[in-house]
Amino acid sequence: MSWTRKILRVNLSKGSCTPEPLNMEWAMEYLGQRGLASKYLSEEVDPTCDALGPDNKLIMATGPLTGTSASTAGRYSVICKSPLTGAIAASNSGGFFGPEMKFAGWDMIIFEGKSEKPVYLLIQDDQVELRSAEDIWGKSAWETDDILHATHQDPQMRIAIIGRTAEAGCLYAGIINDRHRAAGRSGVGTVMASKNLKAVAIRGTGGIGNLEDADKFFEAVDAGKKVLADGAVTGQGLPTYGTQVLMNVINGVGGLPAHNMRDVGFDGAGDISAEAMAEPRKSDGKPNLVTGAGCFACTIACGRISTIDKTHFSVKDKPQYHGASGGLEYEAAWALGADTGVSDLDALTYVNFLCNEDGFDPISFGATVAAAMEMFQDGDLTTKDTGGIELKFGSAEALVAITELLVTGEGFAKDLGMGSKRLCDKYKRPELSMTVKSQEFPAYDPRGIQGMGLGYATSNRGACHLRGYTVASEVLGIPVKTEMNDAEGKPELVKAFQDATALVDSAGLCIFTTFAWGMDDIAPQIDAACEGDWSVEGCLEVGERIWNMERIFNQAAGFTADDDKLPKRMLKEAIKSGPTKGQVSRLGEMLPKYYEIRGWNPKGEVTAETRERLSL
Amino acid sequence: MQKSLHIDPGKCTGCLQCEMACSYDNTGTFNPSRSYIKVFTFHDEGRFAPYTCTQCDEAWCMHACPVDAISVDLATGAKIISDDKCVGCKVCTIACPFGTVNYSQATGKVVKCDLCGGDPECAKACPTGAITYIDADWTGYDRMMASAAKSLPSAEATH
Repeated sequence: MSWTRKILRVNLSKGSCTPEPLNMEWAMEYLGQRGLASKYLSEEVDPTCDALGPDNKLIMATGPLTGTSASTAGRYSVICKSPLTGAIAASNSGGFFGPEMKFAGWDMIIFEGKSEKPVYLLIQDDQVELRSAEDIWGKSAWETDDILHATHQDPQMRIAIIGRTAEAGCLYAGIINDRHRAAGRSGVGTVMASKNLKAVAIRGTGGIGNLEDADKFFEAVDAGKKVLADGAVTGQGLPTYGTQVLMNVINGVGGLPAHNMRDVGFDGAGDISAEAMAEPRKSDGKPNLVTGAGCFACTIACGRISTIDKTHFSVKDKPQYHGASGGLEYEAAWALGADTGVSDLDALTYVNFLCNEDGFDPISFGATVAAAMEMFQDGDLTTKDTGGIELKFGSAEALVAITELLVTGEGFAKDLGMGSKRLCDKYKRPELSMTVKSQEFPAYDPRGIQGMGLGYATSNRGACHLRGYTVASEVLGIPVKTEMNDAEGKPELVKAFQDATALVDSAGLCIFTTFAWGMDDIAPQIDAACEGDWSVEGCLEVGERIWNMERIFNQAAGFTADDDKLPKRMLKEAIKSGPTKGQVSRLGEMLPKYYEIRGWNPKGEVTAETRERLSL
Repeated sequence: MQKSLHIDPGKCTGCLQCEMACSYDNTGTFNPSRSYIKVFTFHDEGRFAPYTCTQCDEAWCMHACPVDAISVDLATGAKIISDDKCVGCKVCTIACPFGTVNYSQATGKVVKCDLCGGDPECAKACPTGAITYIDADWTGYDRMMASAAKSLPSAEATH
């Protein structure tokens, strides 16, 4: 089975915690985590509700493999309606929190309503209670983590926490667990804050032992681990360099956007790359990178643990940042660095620490700062608006100052906390917001890499690389190489990646395994662990069902084909230099074909036939 | 030939595959809270350290036990708890200078590493070689070799 078959329903308005059985009929159709929790959300929440009102629900969900020894099986997801996008949100995190939920005996936790006063949920196996969080409201995620561990005298407790940005209403606040793992995107932390829920602290001692076929499971899991160890990306690139292995690669092929995506190609890429992180610093002879780190059960270990030069201006008088903590990953390094033009590795590492300490999405934050910088350059914003900060592209001092300001929630932080779309609307430069469905782009230029443009435009949670990472094929040649600038074949490629990813995100596994694993490697692990038939075909159908279910939620929330579009800059302003010079996104060529192969009508609506085919 | 678990913390990524393998072998569940090997995270230093019983020859735990519940597995040298004899008095947990014999509320007995009868699951599960099972006479030699390497004259100095 591998599911615990038990969920916890927490009504924050009433202060009640009620166990109930997992709907196994739905588990057979949606597997777990992202898929299954989205099914619960679709059934229980009105898609038109106010995302920050008590009618929205927040679901923390594990997959059936979460907490087992399958490689990377430590994932959990947070599902709700997003306040940033108004669409369905599913943010995925690693670390150790998800497995602890399973060890305590719970597949998922559904939070509904809104608590009158700040609370946190304490779970010790089947003992659950809401406790007052009035003492920890207003504290950072890191401080809260320290306080709750001390309060409960339990160093092994795993805790998911919102920071001060969520409390202040920043629309891209996430939920931090294990100090530097995050359910980061789409403002799931903001929803948690809207419910007056500060943290979820879990200790589980029951373990997971109900594998459907243990012998088969260990055989499939061992085979899977070998494939990862032998893979070039999963066995060499990611363990050695982390996701930052991409910085020089993507810059080299002409896919790295810079300066609010006005440019493609960044001169400072080398200075903020994985290679730079491993280089000893001039000041103290130590490299930025201390060690690689794995999440629960992960045999890849792409995580980075870093330190900042103690004499660097950002931390000179702040000893609390002199120790090691979660270091830069590629998307954060791009958004905080290349997109803002800042190539100061120590400054970026410090800002990344702050993102973790107070729980906000470095992608959306960095991209929002980049948009503000472009408006500052054009004179739409002045130091009067920014609280005196000279918000210039390339200024590490400005980036550090604006980040520290964001955490306070005061003044210009309120504008920045709205995200790039609302910020650019407010200052009357809507064309400068590099977003889809109000969510900021990640680190791949859709003009350089055509599949990513279609992927951003159609992603159910707004612009995102993790809904269909066609970079694998278009740049790295995994599983087969496609040309970056080909539009033909991309609708099929994007659909295949989106469906497979939906399945992986619903299993408890990390999407990075798919740099080496195909569904042939994944399905046998699920099939051996779980009851039911989890063939390759069955798994892909579940993935497609999940994708369409999310689309239907968004349709009901008011989204149409008009929202499947890219900013004009991506369609009209050709790349000015480098290997992809002259290119624009050819979204218009790809989108109709994509709708067609999805089984949607030309308006992008899921047809009755498709609903029937997928039992929706 | 006696073999020992050999731990190189520098190679550990903190993934807990060892804890899962250990707990599955002991309890039939993936359950880090029931593992006899523990990985400790030293966050501010950015370090991970797996730690478990080193199977002392003159084991403090064994000598301290008032009911002779701890004996030597003659095949492996492991110190083994007899659940039939253990009364859960915890004196061994006080005697052990390393803290690697522990009380378990789940069983009312003490628990410790038993080397899995000579084929330790943790070593097999470790993806990075941080935990290995080696000839007991070779413990420490890898570090000695690393130190010896440092004593070599540099390439520049010899040319």
